[in-house]
Amino acid sequence: MPPRTCALCNDARAILKRPKTGQQICKECFFYVFETEVHNTITEARLFKPGDRVAIGASGGKDSTVLAHVMKTLNERYKYGLELFLLSIDEGITGYRDDSLETVKRNQQQYDMPLKILSYDELYGWTMDAIVAQIGKKNNCTFCGVFRRQALDRGAAILNVDHIVTGHNADDIAETVLMNIMRGDIARLGRCTSICTQGEDTIKRSKPFKYAYEKEIVMYAYFKKLDYFSTECIYSPDAYRGHARAFLKDLEAARPSAIIDIIHSGEAFEINDDVKATQKLQQTCRRCGYMSSNELCKACTLLEGLERGMPTAAVTDRARRKLDADGPVPENLRTIPLFQLPSNLRQNAATAVEATS
Amino acid sequence: MSTISLKIEFGGGLELLFSNQRSHRITIPANVPPEGSDVPSKPVDITYLLFWLRDNLLKERAELFVENGTVRPGVLVLVNDTDWELEGEGEYQLKDGDEIVFISTLHGG
Ligand code: SF4
Ligand SMILES: [Zn+2]
Ligand SMILES: [Zn+2]
Repeated sequence: MPPRTCALCNDARAILKRPKTGQQICKECFFYVFETEVHNTITEARLFKPGDRVAIGASGGKDSTVLAHVMKTLNERYKYGLELFLLSIDEGITGYRDDSLETVKRNQQQYDMPLKILSYDELYGWTMDAIVAQIGKKNNCTFCGVFRRQALDRGAAILNVDHIVTGHNADDIAETVLMNIMRGDIARLGRCTSICTQGEDTIKRSKPFKYAYEKEIVMYAYFKKLDYFSTECIYSPDAYRGHARAFLKDLEAARPSAIIDIIHSGEAFEINDDVKATQKLQQTCRRCGYMSSNELCKACTLLEGLERGMPTAAVTDRARRKLDADGPVPENLRTIPLFQLPSNLRQNAATAVEATS
Repeated sequence: MSTISLKIEFGGGLELLFSNQRSHRITIPANVPPEGSDVPSKPVDITYLLFWLRDNLLKERAELFVENGTVRPGVLVLVNDTDWELEGEGEYQLKDGDEIVFISTLHGG
């Protein structure tokens, strides 16, 4: 087959077929369009303002490694004026997270960004290894997901940042849309496609790679020779998500635009008022001060179950009742340190309260 | 029988299926029999290579590498640093000295 020339510059040899458009482009044009599309996503959604302190949720995997690289590049190229940090959560998984954290530490050097590592052990007193030793390999990802979410916010509060960006890509979002449809979780379906989530007084979270295909992220990492870590968690991930992913990859193989089409479908769903009414109001957890839709936040409930030897308490209602029947919370129960928002957000929250009172 | 030498690289976690070794040098026949024949009259292509790798180099979980006669969806292939989708995918005819890279996109974010 004769070498093809790039559809954008009409000069260099094409090295990649873009899944989104089918265009055949050269290496330099690929870097440029990939970065520019992320820049456009950022500016169209007005994600940042000059002076923002932004933490990149870094796992050492491909997505967050490419995100750190691209955020640094764009911040310099377009003078966003951001202060960037790397924030990693150490779940305490021997043979998996300890290795990937080594990659994050190298990224810290390569990208010259301050790094904060926060561990489940210091925050909750439990590593994932210890949790799995107690509960087995069934609900481990539920624990891990709830603990990670809260750990990221707490890490962000320690770094005093305004904003956390994560490496979720278009494939991840399409997969979540499919899973929410399959589970009938309409309330989440409405939220899962938004590029940025923020309650009144929470730390902003956003996904600059919302429209970036996994294939392009991996190709970008390959051609830029970025250093990333790619081992599966030893506590095999959620099988349901695995099926959704395999199904999505099959769809993509048949028609690459499927990914973007699913995201657009997710965006087009209108959540009607009945569903909205069932979404609970946010309050703060009575035990640890973290945002919660119940008196106790999910992490506190899970932790209490672990500490009292009834780890499924927060997973099923029946087990929760059993826990309650077992008596009041012991006084010496281990709890999560009090959560405090970064100082700048604390002020916002205070004014919001005044304004509504 | 004439042979060709290739450099094979695995990345993105696929190396775990191949003795946890990223880089391999292999030698395979330059011509192979087309379907339904025993006469090696057809130049070797990537599809043949996939099955050769599965049968000769892969150590575990073949289903994570090949599926329905091609690579499993989510595995990227590069031929001399070019996306195989630009090179005819499985029908690309291998030449001596080619470098073929397989990268899984399915592992860890
Ligand atoms: S696969 Fe489950 S246990 Fe492992 S890191 Fe992910 S969420 Fe945690
Ligand atoms: Zn070009
Ligand atoms: Zn709590």
